[in-house]
Amino acid sequence: MTYFQDLSRQAPEGPSFGPVENVSRRGLLKGVTAAGGLVLAASVLPRRAMAAYVTGAGDMPHGVVTDPRVFVSIAPDGIVTIVAHRSEMGTGVRTGLPMIVADEMGADWARVRIVQAPGDEAKYGNQDTDGSRSTRHYLIPMREVGASARTMLETAAAQRWKVPVSEVRAGVHEVVHDGSGRRLGFGELAADAAVLKVPAAETLRLKDPKDFRYIGKGTVSITDLHDITTGRAGYGADVRLPGMKYVVIARPPVVGGKLVSFDDAEAKQVPGVERVMEVRGWPWPSKFQPLGGVAVIARNTGAAIKGRNALKVVWDDGANAKYDSVAYRKELEAAVRAPGLVVRNDGDAEAALKGASTVVVGEYYLPHIAHASMEPPVATALWTDGKIEVWAPVQSPGGTREDLAKTLEISADNVTVSPTLLGGGFGRKSKCDFALEAALLARELKAPVRVQWTREDDLHHDFLHTVSAERIEAGLDKSGKVVAWRHRSAAPSIGSTFAAGATHQIPIELGMGLIDLPFAIANVRCENPEAAAHTRIGWFRSVSNIPRAFAVQSMVAEIAHATGRDPKEVLLELIGPARIVPFSASVEKPWNYGEPVDSYPIDTGRLRGVVELAAEKAGWGRKLPEGHGLGIAVHRSFVSYIATVVEVAVDKKGVVTIPRVDTAVDCGTFVNPERIYSQMEGAAIMGLSIAKLGEVSFKDGRVRQSNYDDYPVVRIDEAPRVTNTYIVPAAAGTPPSGVGEPGVPPFAPALCNAIFAATGKRIRNLPIRDQLAV
Amino acid sequence: MIKVKVNGEERSWDGDPSLPLLWFLRDELGLVGTKFGCGQALCGACTVHVAGTAARSCITAVSDVDGQEVVTIEGLHPQGDHPVQKAWRELNVPQCGFCQAGQIMQAASLLAETKNPSDDEIRGGMAGNICRCGCYQRIEAAVRVAATGT
Repeated sequence: MTYFQDLSRQAPEGPSFGPVENVSRRGLLKGVTAAGGLVLAASVLPRRAMAAYVTGAGDMPHGVVTDPRVFVSIAPDGIVTIVAHRSEMGTGVRTGLPMIVADEMGADWARVRIVQAPGDEAKYGNQDTDGSRSTRHYLIPMREVGASARTMLETAAAQRWKVPVSEVRAGVHEVVHDGSGRRLGFGELAADAAVLKVPAAETLRLKDPKDFRYIGKGTVSITDLHDITTGRAGYGADVRLPGMKYVVIARPPVVGGKLVSFDDAEAKQVPGVERVMEVRGWPWPSKFQPLGGVAVIARNTGAAIKGRNALKVVWDDGANAKYDSVAYRKELEAAVRAPGLVVRNDGDAEAALKGASTVVVGEYYLPHIAHASMEPPVATALWTDGKIEVWAPVQSPGGTREDLAKTLEISADNVTVSPTLLGGGFGRKSKCDFALEAALLARELKAPVRVQWTREDDLHHDFLHTVSAERIEAGLDKSGKVVAWRHRSAAPSIGSTFAAGATHQIPIELGMGLIDLPFAIANVRCENPEAAAHTRIGWFRSVSNIPRAFAVQSMVAEIAHATGRDPKEVLLELIGPARIVPFSASVEKPWNYGEPVDSYPIDTGRLRGVVELAAEKAGWGRKLPEGHGLGIAVHRSFVSYIATVVEVAVDKKGVVTIPRVDTAVDCGTFVNPERIYSQMEGAAIMGLSIAKLGEVSFKDGRVRQSNYDDYPVVRIDEAPRVTNTYIVPAAAGTPPSGVGEPGVPPFAPALCNAIFAATGKRIRNLPIRDQLAV
Repeated sequence: MIKVKVNGEERSWDGDPSLPLLWFLRDELGLVGTKFGCGQALCGACTVHVAGTAARSCITAVSDVDGQEVVTIEGLHPQGDHPVQKAWRELNVPQCGFCQAGQIMQAASLLAETKNPSDDEIRGGMAGNICRCGCYQRIEAAVRVAATGT
């Protein structure tokens, strides 16, 4: 996990980028290696400045690796195998990154095979698949990998033909000597290329983008498409080992609670149940360590679940036994009505508010939400002779490996983490507690173990999206111009999962839509009142941007209403002219998603651009049927700019339907537009789930929801009828930016602004649920 | 002894007759294409065909299918070329893909009963299957393509 690398991951000791000799490639590539392909000892190299821009990739734990011998192998028959080192949870990264390599080296996609890397960051560089970072950090490094491989193949051909390398060039899956018309396939050159030196980065030539065959085209389908449609794709629960035991665990229902006693007499009578035992838990907070509890071990999952249902367990609920969402909401709302820690202070917002002719006040509340990916957490583990092997749907295979080593008190060399496909992640599967549970049990039972979480387990023991209260006061002068802005944001912090007593938001949370407000307002003050956590808080797709974008973009429309103006015009006026907005000097630790501001500044020209594009495509201002309304919202997150216009229809009973969504995306240079469309379509659905339905609440320290009946998510019959996505063409050299997360934040405010336009009713508390019922 | 034909093959079970079909398929037979999402017939990830009709295997006991024919995603078409599967690929429906076996089995059952469903019939017929990634727009379009070719 690397939003929080300073919290959760130690920097590697000693030299960060020293050579690593011949890390075993494990089974996957053995056949290729034995056949004499291009697979050699690897060395780990620092990120080189190949592009006109610099990303934060080199600052991630274990940085970036661009050695082609780590990522590419070529068999004599010409099959090119490319390693995907990041986890596939539905974004398409397992296809996208290898596609970049293939394009740059000239490989024919039909002759490319993709293999998944085990968790090994010394070898592959950082593997944390989160933060909408993979494409933005790896476009250039993957091109370097491809360019190096291509150069080695060209050099091998030139040597074979005894001609200068300048006379040969890679075509499609072959190297050609134009002078003589000779040509050799990649497979025929692989063995010779394998013994060549990797070219120095400075000498590499990158393809002219006009020659790309795959990058930016959107013509390549995801590599797992056929397997997914035929049931052959392998997810976390699909690994089967001989003699494997199936396990479910009863965990303490309150975070910080622990086991007192259990009676397993009835559980053991359930056919198929083989054993019941206590499993170790860690005190809260302890990052991602297991909660502990009672494990039921059986011959199949059904028997294990039935056995667990028959358990009688006594828990000590601990310090969070009184956590109650109704009472806690009042605490948060009181907190934002009083001064809090000042985290940004430009001008004198206090004085300007006092002197304002009108003050518009909005208080917004957003509850906890759960990830609820379709695949609940699951892991399979095998303990053999002091070594652990784990197969699991983890977003962070390298971090999981480190946590397994620490938890089992063994060397990381004795830990193998093989990521499966993820049946959704959304941030939940960056936390590897389920993998740790399986490993501990495999060691204890001396048998292969599958730990399966049920949907109830998933909702009861998630690392939840925070709960927050946001209060914005906007001071307007006589002309209606906003002259003061005070935003108080109170929410338990993700930091509380890593350190006891953390009551303030950490810099990365403050940087997600609070202190980075890009509006042209002279007096801006942001405050963060204290908020204590009483459950495990984690990151959920787009994180703190959800409440901040909801509050800020709702407030913009509230100001428009108060001044009788068009919301889009007010939005553009607040954004102000196209310019680069520096982070306020008053912010102690500005967060720019880990990216240098030189490459990734806050560019209001791009912000305006997506607003104008979405509005134009949506037909902003068009005449609508009765009961319909248009709403707009824009948000910069994960260094991308996204604006969404929602058309809503609210019927006489207050039932909301969504005929149409128009989203404009400026994510810089892009690799696979087809997957950008799918991410935006999905972000609208997830945004709608958040806006309309999503709420996890607590009583007596326990989560009250259990399954998709009381934690509903959007189904097909209530989904937007159509989501249109428009990608802003990238100016040459514009760095790539995030796609997986930033589509989510603008949706809920755009929807609620549309509902206001349709009905005159302002939604300030999510979820909407029956607030509109008539 | 319970006997059930799964993807054309005779299978038997002499364990707990109340075992959900889902776990019999996955853990006992190794047919892992059928997925576990909720265990309460709320999400549709576990959808299979029993006697030709979509059923949620997570709440169907093995004893309920004694003597019947069960088809899973692995058995829907020998080459994976059922019109629904082809339409899913043509429109690049999946994101993470986890729910898609259930979606495809549901869609195949829907089309077996309603040859050319309206948009509302598609949305109604697929509403029991959750996709958390939000592939619904493409699911709806793909069912239409599978039904009509366009």
